[in-house]
Amino acid sequence: MTNAVGRFHGGLHLEDHKACSMQSAIVAAPLPEQLIIPLLQHIGAPLEPLVKPGDHVFKGQLIADSDANLSAPVHAPSSGTISAIEERSIPHPSGRAEKCIVIETDGKDEWPGDRQTYKNYQSLSADQLRTIIRQAGIVGLGGAGFPSHIKLNPGQHQINTLILNGAECEPYISCDAMLMQERPRDIINGLKIIRQTVNARQCLIGIEDNKPAAIAALSNCLNDDEKQYIKIITVPTLYPSGGEKQLIKLLTNLEVPSRQHPVDVGVVCHNVGTAIAVADAVIEGIPLISRTMTITGGAVNKPANIQSLLGTPMRHLLTACGLDDHKLQRLIMGGPMMGFEISSMDTPVIKTTNCLLAMDKQETGEPQTALPCIRCGECAVVCPAQLLPQQLYWWAKARDFDKTQEYNLFDCIECGCCSYVCPSHIPLVHYYRFAKTAILEEERDRIKSDRARDRHDFRLLRLERKKQEDEERKRKKKELLKKVNDDKSDSKKSEIEAALERVKAKKQATRETEQSRDS
Amino acid sequence: MIASSPHQHPDNSITSVMLTVIVALIPGIITHVWFFGPGLLINMCIAIVAGLATEAAILYLRKHPVKVALYDGSALVTAILFALTLPSLAPWWIPFIGIVFAMIFAKHLYGGLGQNPFNPAMVGYAMLLISFPQEMTRWLSPEIPAAVSLGLIDTLRHSFMGVLPTGINYDALSMATPLDAMKVQIGLGQTVATIQQSQAGMSQLSGIGWEWINIMFLLGGAWLIFRKIISFHIPAAMLAGLVLISGLFFLVSPDSYASPLFHLFAGATMLGAFFIATDPVTASTTPRGRIIYGLCIGILIYVIRAWGGYPDAIAFAVLIMNMAVPLIDYYTQPRVYGHNRSS
Repeated sequence: MTNAVGRFHGGLHLEDHKACSMQSAIVAAPLPEQLIIPLLQHIGAPLEPLVKPGDHVFKGQLIADSDANLSAPVHAPSSGTISAIEERSIPHPSGRAEKCIVIETDGKDEWPGDRQTYKNYQSLSADQLRTIIRQAGIVGLGGAGFPSHIKLNPGQHQINTLILNGAECEPYISCDAMLMQERPRDIINGLKIIRQTVNARQCLIGIEDNKPAAIAALSNCLNDDEKQYIKIITVPTLYPSGGEKQLIKLLTNLEVPSRQHPVDVGVVCHNVGTAIAVADAVIEGIPLISRTMTITGGAVNKPANIQSLLGTPMRHLLTACGLDDHKLQRLIMGGPMMGFEISSMDTPVIKTTNCLLAMDKQETGEPQTALPCIRCGECAVVCPAQLLPQQLYWWAKARDFDKTQEYNLFDCIECGCCSYVCPSHIPLVHYYRFAKTAILEEERDRIKSDRARDRHDFRLLRLERKKQEDEERKRKKKELLKKVNDDKSDSKKSEIEAALERVKAKKQATRETEQSRDS
Repeated sequence: MIASSPHQHPDNSITSVMLTVIVALIPGIITHVWFFGPGLLINMCIAIVAGLATEAAILYLRKHPVKVALYDGSALVTAILFALTLPSLAPWWIPFIGIVFAMIFAKHLYGGLGQNPFNPAMVGYAMLLISFPQEMTRWLSPEIPAAVSLGLIDTLRHSFMGVLPTGINYDALSMATPLDAMKVQIGLGQTVATIQQSQAGMSQLSGIGWEWINIMFLLGGAWLIFRKIISFHIPAAMLAGLVLISGLFFLVSPDSYASPLFHLFAGATMLGAFFIATDPVTASTTPRGRIIYGLCIGILIYVIRAWGGYPDAIAFAVLIMNMAVPLIDYYTQPRVYGHNRSS
């Protein structure tokens, strides 16, 4: 166990509110009657369903997939019958509806038969491992949900350091901490599989120092051989130490260059929960059909960490944890700093649901009206990307998107530190998201119009060329014709003359015959 | 509307920031009243009432919510800071005109809270100093004989009716401030040491009363830094700038240039360093920018005090540097994560 070597700018000391959900061990949620599996769960291409209403499915059966590389398939979390494939509300900041596969569970929870397991994964190639991981539908379980097999393919890059993110810096969330306490062996196994896949030299597990039990569990779990290349590193409890770029800085003192990825500095970073999912998929043959999540907040009486099947309606889990409907002020998926509000409790949990936070009135506080920015600069003090949030806000509000990019808008990780400290209560992150969306849309439009212009220019060019070619052809034809005509006129003349001769001769002959007949 | 993250907030607000600033000013205000009489309180009341009324009227005209803006406390702080710059013997229309001008021309014509490039209190003060130099330089002597000293009633009568108690005239009441005396006497060829010994109102550190007022504002300011209401950058840089340049000239010629200590504890130095230059709206916002901004203010204060046309210089130094803020901010942007220093 060693300490962090780097530090990042700013950050916040927040009350962690984690203890309340860590009183008891992780329990499995009761099987719900209905499972709702969205075909779009994270970044990437939406999936195509492979089943139709009325079909029976087994637990773990592949039910939707896509040909796109940037995607991860989904599996039936339990056995049952497909009752519908229709639009349902999905967990998304916009609260929008998307196509979902709805399964009426049959309560048997039965697998189709023997699962394909690889206890001796050491003999598998990186490509084979990536294929298994993709087929298991594994995405980053820390929150963003990026398909893992892509991150596991460093391509040309030599990977020096594999980082396992156990920082879990968001308040209230404790599922990673509980997993590290309860399943350290699975985490280490997952880590070793990932290491084998990306061929990393060393492995670092970063954990915030407010999780001594997790640190101890993982440290005790390592054998002497593993200790050679796996190091557990405690990082100070400072939000957002669990941000990928911040954790990389803490553990390696490297910075991921702007608009590049960790692989560009020889680093790959995965969440501890993802490591467990990888171990389950490879060693046990279990695809990603459930995950551990924290159900907490002032509006639930028994906050806990629950292993829930994906697709379980949120209400089912909240009820299991003693939700008090009267106290519920705001339901958040994710943590209080970066999570988003869920408008309907019928929304299912998905691969990226790490926490359901049922906030009561005391936690949300009174609604605050935004006042003008007084340029106090507190936001710049806490910004972990060392941006100038008040300048970004100024330009975003003025819709001067070029300027926002000049002030490095896209280096913002939307951690929410600036909004948190703002004495004017300006929803700063909201402005940045708005500006980013507008710029990306503009970019898409620009690309589209560029393509259209290119097409148009090419068409003009083609028409012009065709015209020239036509003219050339016409000219050539004319020439040819003229030449032919000239030649022809000569031959024609002689032909005509010949014909005339022939006619003359014929006439002569006729006359001669007539004359001879007459005589 | 769906709430945007983050979903938790600490219990902070502009109002709490402003109220903390006012609390930090209280020791200095009490000391000021102790040495220069209740005139400050009268000026302050006039400035607060007129300031808030002007703010409310303009917000009403601009069709902005009046109540929210009045409760933010920013106009209150501007009025109090502005009143602190005025001499105690000012007639009522001095604080009135000053604060109304500051609110209208320095604050709201630029768009109100957060939009003004110039410190409103300093704009009000500078306008008055240029327009009404006589009223603006009539400082009470801190050591008036008790018999002549003005009570609250007398000060009120003077402020609103312009009459002094019979038998008392301005000459008996007022005297040059230490900065003024120092400037004039050095100009007359006196040495600094002689001036500090012979001139009325001078003391070991700077001037009677002034040194204590400065000490109180220093303590209040330190408390604001401790409470993280202001950052140390601007006050530290401003005081360092002032000490550096005054120290340099003092070392070269201690007879003709006052010591750094004198400059630190005379006039409005500490009020300026901790409460005026730190006005977030008009100051630089980047850490390096704040240091440059503070340093330049400190140097400008000395330049104007030593060679300029006015004995004190906080207002002009701050206003000049206000102009440079956009430039400073532009060139002192911090290095963003993942970027090279050069790019």
